[in-house]
Amino acid sequence: MLTKRIIACLDVRAGRVVKGVQFVDIIDAGDPAELAARHAREGADEIVLLDITATHEGRQTLLDTVRRTARELFVPFAVGGGIRSARDAEQVFEAGADKISVNSAALSDPNLIEAIGRTFGAQAVVVAIDARRDPGAPDPVRDAQVYVQGGRKPTGRRVVEWAREAESRGAGEILLTSMDSDGTRAGFDCELTAAVSQAVGIPVIASGGAGTVAHFRDVFSAGKADAALAASIFHFGVSSARSLKEELARAGVPVRLPC
Amino acid sequence: MRVTVIDYKAGNLTSVLKALRYIGAEPVVTDSDLSLLDSAERIVLPGVGHFAATERLDATGLTPAIRAVIARGTPFLGICVGMQWLYANSTEAPQQPGLAHFSAGCTRFAECDQKVPHVGWNSLEVRGDSRLMANVDRGEFVYFTHSFKADVTADTAATTTYIEPFAAAVERDNVMGVQFHPEKSGETGLKILRNFLNWQPKGVAHVD
Repeated sequence: MLTKRIIACLDVRAGRVVKGVQFVDIIDAGDPAELAARHAREGADEIVLLDITATHEGRQTLLDTVRRTARELFVPFAVGGGIRSARDAEQVFEAGADKISVNSAALSDPNLIEAIGRTFGAQAVVVAIDARRDPGAPDPVRDAQVYVQGGRKPTGRRVVEWAREAESRGAGEILLTSMDSDGTRAGFDCELTAAVSQAVGIPVIASGGAGTVAHFRDVFSAGKADAALAASIFHFGVSSARSLKEELARAGVPVRLPC
Repeated sequence: MRVTVIDYKAGNLTSVLKALRYIGAEPVVTDSDLSLLDSAERIVLPGVGHFAATERLDATGLTPAIRAVIARGTPFLGICVGMQWLYANSTEAPQQPGLAHFSAGCTRFAECDQKVPHVGWNSLEVRGDSRLMANVDRGEFVYFTHSFKADVTADTAATTTYIEPFAAAVERDNVMGVQFHPEKSGETGLKILRNFLNWQPKGVAHVD
């Protein structure tokens, strides 16, 4: 049976994993290669590494980090942050990523999705979408507004419409972050996730709002998510991806166990 | 062990090379050098993306060379599209023939309410006395990402069910294929790659 994926996300700045606390302070949470290996060993189904600074000067540091992280990682490994061209993507793949994630660059040039997919296959292109419900829209959920630049700039694009366009241009997966839920630890936005997941034929990874094991269960059932991403699994009252999955299995969610 | 990995510009080889090195093999890559096929102890044909990409194997003269080394008994492993190419054809690119080592063809998953592509970790049901699947228990998980698949036949070494049962692994004589990505399937995937390296074909005609 196809299982629901639990994806561990590492936010990286200048080669170190960082963790925001109450949206302001950044604490150093460790070495990306060590943390990725630990998450994989402890049962994560996939690793996502996001370069949250993504400056031009930082690219070489990122590529070194990707290379070190990928070296002994034998689960799928996705990398995002600052990928603006097919050449950027190629360097990240050569460093050992299996998938790349594009967000702002895909919105400003949707041809980028096709350009990367043509060489590396659709399965390697994840389109990340940051969306916030729009109370003034005819359908506040399906018409949730898409934002770029880390959620600072509205694009005028609507989430379902953009997800469909990304799919038609050859995206392999959608990584959907609910800006309303992000950081609240009050649960994923299941309605938003379901609206996107049912509108496309490609997998949707839910992100933003996880706080308890029940939140994961809900986003897989009511939210129709194919995978769920957690920036810090240890904040959910469990010690590892494995124990999170064991609890999900008890709740009837198909997960990869033993792992 | 010298493993020749064939590059036909279908996706990225880094993960496959990394996994082979990790388990102690010495992979070398070729996109046209036929001597690297002749001297190979093992051959791996990876591949992600579109079946049409296998056209390059014909264009570079690799197809007849592969046919010859397979006939000599060199162990051969196709991964994902590399496995599909071992069949006669695929409806993904009907004009492009496969190797036809296995006579069936590949088709897209049936239209239904489930998503295509099939992406994620799914379980294996091992069939018969597979050498590739030695010590792989029923229900072990591996990572898939594909929209086309081969049906279950007598040569199927393991099945997986998504929408319907399909061939997750195929094997006959020295030719093996896996629809999933062993290089991305954790310890189970590495075990399957080790099985491929460790399996010793009998009665191989060595060419001096």
